[in-house]
Amino acid sequence: MTGRDLDPTLKRLLGSGEPEIGCDECFAQLDRYVELELAGAPADELVPGLRAHLVGCPACAEEHESLRALLELDSVS
Amino acid sequence: MPAPDTNPDVSALAAAPGVEEWYLDLQTEGARGEAAAAHLHGLLLRAARFEVFRRRGSLSELSAVELDELAQDAAADAAVSVLRRLGDFRGESSFRTWAYKFALLEAAVKVRRRAWRDREVTLEPEHWETLAHAGPGPDDDTEYGELLEAVRDGIRTALTPRQRQVLVAAVLEGVPIDVLAERLDSNRNALYKLLHDARRRLRAHVADAGFPEVNE
Repeated sequence: MTGRDLDPTLKRLLGSGEPEIGCDECFAQLDRYVELELAGAPADELVPGLRAHLVGCPACAEEHESLRALLELDSVS
Repeated sequence: MPAPDTNPDVSALAAAPGVEEWYLDLQTEGARGEAAAAHLHGLLLRAARFEVFRRRGSLSELSAVELDELAQDAAADAAVSVLRRLGDFRGESSFRTWAYKFALLEAAVKVRRRAWRDREVTLEPEHWETLAHAGPGPDDDTEYGELLEAVRDGIRTALTPRQRQVLVAAVLEGVPIDVLAERLDSNRNALYKLLHDARRRLRAHVADAGFPEVNE
């Protein structure tokens, strides 16, 4: 059984163990990160640790999804 | 590009590609400043309404008017935050995107807290025993049972009471971190750090118990 095979509950309990930033730093970088994503730039390389944080923090992940969705809506309206 | 050590001044920001003219007007007095503030409020209200609408399923008891009041409150609080933190903007995104995130945060936190307002948050550490009912693992049941026991033992012995309380509430009970922060008189960043440390301790315990793959 590898870490990747764990069921979702155990994954959430144990976390990934990957280096990650905290919630405050995630908020500070979120606007830049989402714009890089939407531009097709390597956001995970340019803002290291943010993706791992989104995996571990449902609240920041929701706000990331919302910012991305709002900018996508802006781009077509 | 690494962030500069000091806040850039307005003239330096004016040359940045993501900086809209109205952002510069926010820092001026008179009619131009008022127009820029009104523009900012419009953007923040749009973002707050967008977020409340996305999350309205968790607030089914609220009317359309009450949902809009929630968005209005979020936009107003976001405007205060944006204006207080204007100096933090470094032009690494458009100012619109930078401002949006404040409204989305305020609205999301208000929705989560409202949805849990009348719900009891159980902070009983014993609830982690429900982990026994998480179901069979993808491998054979014996190995999975041993892994579960290692996790349960780690929660019981490797964590501080506070770490156990937050990990169980956030992960097993599904309590949003902003609701936990409110009930525990803390904040999201501090609670997430505590959660992160708890996970690290738990992984180390489980790895020592014969499952080093949890750190892979």
